[in-house]
Amino acid sequence: MIQNSAARRDLALGVIVVLLLASVTAAFPQFAQPGNLAEILDDSAILILLALGQMLVILTRGIDLSIAANLALSGMLVALLNKNYPGLGVAPVLLIALVSGTLLGAINGLLVWRLKLPPIVVTLGTMSVYRGVIYLLSGGTWVNDNHMSPQFLGFIRYELLGLTLLSWLAIFAVAAFAVVMRYTVLGRNLYTAGGNPAAATYTGIDPGRMQCIAYTICGAIAGLCGYLWVARFAVAYTDIALGFELQVIAACLIGGVAIAGGIGTVAGVVLGCLFIGVIRNALPLIGISPFWQMGINGLVIVVAAVLSARRREDKRAILEAQAA
Amino acid sequence: MRRRAMLVGAVSLAAVMIAGCGDRPQGAGDGKAGEKLRIGIVAKNLGSGFFDAVHKGADEAAATLGAEIIFTGPTTPTAEGQIETLNALIAQRVDAIAISANDPDAVVPTLQRAMQRGIKVISYDSAVAKAGRAVHLAPSSDELIGQTVAQLAAELAPEGKGKIAVVSATPTSTNQNSWLAQMKQALPQYPGLEFAGVVYGDDVADKSYRETVALVKQHPDLAVIVSLSSVGIVAAAKAIEDQGLTGKVKVTGLGLPSELVGYVRKGVVPKFAIWNPIDLGYAATQVAAQLARDANPEDGTEISLGRVGAVTFDADGVGAMAKPFIYDQSNVEQFAAIF
Repeated sequence: MIQNSAARRDLALGVIVVLLLASVTAAFPQFAQPGNLAEILDDSAILILLALGQMLVILTRGIDLSIAANLALSGMLVALLNKNYPGLGVAPVLLIALVSGTLLGAINGLLVWRLKLPPIVVTLGTMSVYRGVIYLLSGGTWVNDNHMSPQFLGFIRYELLGLTLLSWLAIFAVAAFAVVMRYTVLGRNLYTAGGNPAAATYTGIDPGRMQCIAYTICGAIAGLCGYLWVARFAVAYTDIALGFELQVIAACLIGGVAIAGGIGTVAGVVLGCLFIGVIRNALPLIGISPFWQMGINGLVIVVAAVLSARRREDKRAILEAQAA
Repeated sequence: MRRRAMLVGAVSLAAVMIAGCGDRPQGAGDGKAGEKLRIGIVAKNLGSGFFDAVHKGADEAAATLGAEIIFTGPTTPTAEGQIETLNALIAQRVDAIAISANDPDAVVPTLQRAMQRGIKVISYDSAVAKAGRAVHLAPSSDELIGQTVAQLAAELAPEGKGKIAVVSATPTSTNQNSWLAQMKQALPQYPGLEFAGVVYGDDVADKSYRETVALVKQHPDLAVIVSLSSVGIVAAAKAIEDQGLTGKVKVTGLGLPSELVGYVRKGVVPKFAIWNPIDLGYAATQVAAQLARDANPEDGTEISLGRVGAVTFDADGVGAMAKPFIYDQSNVEQFAAIF
């Protein structure tokens, strides 16, 4: 039952995204050209990666407000590494970004799991702490494109079959998540722990531990995105991606992830990201006032929230679906 | 240039010496009319390339004025640290203090105490509230900034003709909007330029980047992109480079040499403007020295800044040094090491 309604919802969102694309193309014919669509995917790739991580956390009834701060800290770390050791190449950069992100995510996870602190409080705190650490690391200075090696900047721009490596990374992550969430014990346990923690405990799943795992994976993705972000915009400073966590959460909500946990699909999240991606690339092209842009983004989030609230009413359906 | 500065310095020195013979020296100047002026230059914090450059300019001015510079500041950019530094300068009975304040109000009581002891106080770069200083020397003014970026755009557009667009910060940013308004006022001087519009990058890299990409799609014949935000200009430059439009669409505006040096080398940002910290230190020292020698800026008379020009202070005691300095291939490397 829930699978059906989730699938129906994803389909509806997909249709909306296509309609949106079509109407923008009507006003601005170049918009639907393959090159431009590839650029939108490239522009949405980091959002997709982060939203997949955030989805795990929200599924387990948590929220990660520190995701953008984690990104910025890991990004600054690898930017400084590359500045001081430009000959190292990309592999150590990727590794360190992942390790740093994983550790920062695990801190959130352990605080939520072991100390049973409310996720919003923990991540609100670590959000500021991580930003503060960036300032300490960098002394408030910027790392600019002339400090970054060509490999560091070029890796994500390398084109394969018309798409950048950054886009391929997002596509790969989507495929991996789709499989893990649907067909593995880990994926099913994450849904169960968030959908009904009490029942999950009775079946031998520790909801706290699942939360910790979700935060750690989310952190690893945020760390990786730290490198991707810094390489894409060729600049690292304390405030990079400031406030981006809200866009990530918005993408999840638009994609049908229920903020109360337990509900959400990979397809929905990807469509939510593409929706935001199309809107934010289309609005400036059509020349809509920046105030309207903010308004439209907000409206979409509220509508999505209303829709998912209505779906929560048939709550028993979740249990049935999980039992099935 | 240097010779003229020396000349101006020598003339003003002579003028002061003549004046000094007639008037009774006041306050901290007591009993040392013939001695060197001692001017305390207070930085926001030590170890900053920007303020090291200010120090360099101050020393240059001091050499022409026959003054001695005491360059000091706290180790971290805090108001408390500056207050300690100021107390030390007051104890040393300097003749004048020029400060770039970490907090416009917190340093006022200390500076008032300095003024009561006859020390002339000015602020430069970052202002002190009116009660705490005689005058404030701003590096530039909205009007001069607007004129400079309009001029940059005209110089970068091929034969001075073409479409220009602006990547601003947020739509509600006060200083961005007033710079923009001044730039638009200056544009009619360059009839070849067509103003295509403003987009807002909100001072974040990803939005500025995206808006820049949209700009060049919307206006395929765009010649110049102007950005007056340090985040905006870097993001716009990266977007233009990624779009493969280097040299076709030129990026310019306000930014820091250390942040833009790479793009200047690659030709994405052929030139840009920002105040020159060496000139600022030089000019602040000139103003401080002339105040210590009894110049009275409050009546609106012009004060010479030596090689940098001249400044007039308004009713609030605020004056603008000069147009922002233009950086390009020839000098950006040198300044990138400074700030």
